[in-house]
Amino acid sequence: MTGDGPHHDGPGARPVTAGREQRGRGWQENLRGYALEVRGSVREGERGPVLVIAGLIVIWCVFQALDDKFLSPRNLSNIGVDIVGTGLVAVGIVFVLLIREIDLSVGSVSGLAGAAFAVLNVNQGVPEWLAVIVAVAVGTAVGAFHGAFHAWLGVPAFVVTLAGLLIWNGLTLYLLGASGTINIDEEGLVASLTSRHFGADAVAYAVAALGTAGYLLAARRRRGRHRAAGMPYRPQGEIWLRTALLAVAAFAAAYTLNRFQGLPLALLIFLVVLVVSDYVLRRTRYGRRVYALGGGVEAARRAGIGVERVRVAMFMVSGTLAAVGGLFVASGLTSASPTTARAAGSGMLLINAIAAAVIGGTSLFGGRGSPWSVLLGVLVIQSIASGMALLGVQDAVQFMITGGVLLAAVAADALSRRAAARSGRSRATPT
Amino acid sequence: MIHPPVLALRGISKRFGGVQALVDVDLKLRAGEVVALAGDNGAGKSTLVKVVSGVSPADRGVIEWEGRPVQIKRPHDAHSLGIATVYQDLAMCDNLDVVGNLFLGREIDRVGILDEVEMERRARDLMRTLSIRIPDVRVPVAALSAGQRQAVAISRSLMAAPKVLLLDEPTAALGVEQTSHLFDLIEEVRDRGMAIILISHNMGDIKAVADRVAVLRLGRNNGLFDVSTVTQEQIISAVTGAADNAVAHRARPDEEAWP
Repeated sequence: MTGDGPHHDGPGARPVTAGREQRGRGWQENLRGYALEVRGSVREGERGPVLVIAGLIVIWCVFQALDDKFLSPRNLSNIGVDIVGTGLVAVGIVFVLLIREIDLSVGSVSGLAGAAFAVLNVNQGVPEWLAVIVAVAVGTAVGAFHGAFHAWLGVPAFVVTLAGLLIWNGLTLYLLGASGTINIDEEGLVASLTSRHFGADAVAYAVAALGTAGYLLAARRRRGRHRAAGMPYRPQGEIWLRTALLAVAAFAAAYTLNRFQGLPLALLIFLVVLVVSDYVLRRTRYGRRVYALGGGVEAARRAGIGVERVRVAMFMVSGTLAAVGGLFVASGLTSASPTTARAAGSGMLLINAIAAAVIGGTSLFGGRGSPWSVLLGVLVIQSIASGMALLGVQDAVQFMITGGVLLAAVAADALSRRAAARSGRSRATPT
Repeated sequence: MIHPPVLALRGISKRFGGVQALVDVDLKLRAGEVVALAGDNGAGKSTLVKVVSGVSPADRGVIEWEGRPVQIKRPHDAHSLGIATVYQDLAMCDNLDVVGNLFLGREIDRVGILDEVEMERRARDLMRTLSIRIPDVRVPVAALSAGQRQAVAISRSLMAAPKVLLLDEPTAALGVEQTSHLFDLIEEVRDRGMAIILISHNMGDIKAVADRVAVLRLGRNNGLFDVSTVTQEQIISAVTGAADNAVAHRARPDEEAWP
């Protein structure tokens, strides 16, 4: 899941061959090219999703061995809902990490959004839809505030957002101070974000089928256009293999979810956010600027990209998604309380979100990664949390383990970066 | 055959605080020629490039573009005139592939959606017409050698079809073979009628690829030579200040006729 399409890795330097010759390439040639490409990306130190999936399977097996309720449809379905709050926050983090910055305030901002919603809706009687819009807008505004300080005043992002972490957590406690814990309407819009499930089996299967078919059609269309233009394209067999793997995963998930309460609304929203943000980042001019900024600020500036505006925009995205994630967290708890606000300030959500992004393969060093990395990463994080909760592991130990997982993920990121630099150097010799 | 100058600088002066970086510098550049800009460290070569590329505008002096005076106050002004610059650090995004870098800031899109196929096709065409040897246009730039990166950076600057190309010490990081590839590329570009300013320390490079060489010393013109008739010793003595009389070395009589 690299940012920019296939990375062909030809054997040494050769002139780029033109359309006619490429068209003649048989599928064996294409397959060989693809094998080289995979080998190249491993050598360049790019971690594919395979390693994370393997890790996830190990984690599931271990917890299942310790407690046979872990892989029950009920628990898996709950994990599917619980990943959404952290996952949405982590998608925001991905946008910021891609431009090689960090947003440490997302935990506090999500707490602030939850509190703002609860105060407005429950205490002030503002209609729910309006309170939701205001809460999300608060997140966007906070992000713009951070971005402006960083981009236009040149304050390092980690300091701005570290200050933000305290400021917004303080504001949350201040808002809740008068009323203490606010319980939100359990039948309301926000509560239904996490409680609503599509009971009919058909819904989950339809989503699985749509996703698979959409992938297949897009891949085939892409292949067709490359082929028509006489350029290298993925072999037919590979597209079918990828589609088959996706179909197995999607239908297995749908089957499992249907054995409990059906497809959770929260999960559907999360998947839509992932698809849309991935598309925007990889396929639009706007997304290209984001990757460019992560790859080289000076290069981006000289190419005429408004670096400051992109920076502010990324912090706005991260603030917005933190607020949306915060609404899902509040929805899961059906309350906003000083206790949870303090927990948000302690950074657990922040650490989980950063860990989810980095475990999935988004680099802390900018320019590499994708929103999809969050799905795998947050599954790992939430599976560990859920397993430990099932086993009744105390908080103190959970903190240490989560911190350790984050450290391991970051170390792997740094190592893969070094591997990439090494292979870059070895190839920098004259050809 | 003598073309009219595409770019003419007259009396360019630039001061940084207490340092007078450029004093009354003149330079003319015709289509289809390579002018080397030589000079010791601190002679004002990079400052002159920054003036022309709009990164740091001149305090005084006239810049004429195809015979009419123009203002270059921002990089954007230089771009829109048709002046492209390849800096020594190349300034590329290592994480993006060759296609992504070539089209950075001028992507081809259809209603905001990138047209990767068209960009890749044009990138392949460009690499082929310039005979640039890289593994593939879809490899990240980080995986290319120094010479390949240089070639990509130059072809990137050609995307906007400029009339003047500024190359800041392009051979500094290259090996012998890569340098000769680069010279092939420079000649290819020159033969298409582009004017090139080549900043270089290296007398061998200057003799190999430049048509004329303009020497700067302490921010002033200190000689303008025709490369085919000048010796390396003459250039070096102008660079080091052993020969300070610039006018005596004027290469062509027509230079004097410039108003």
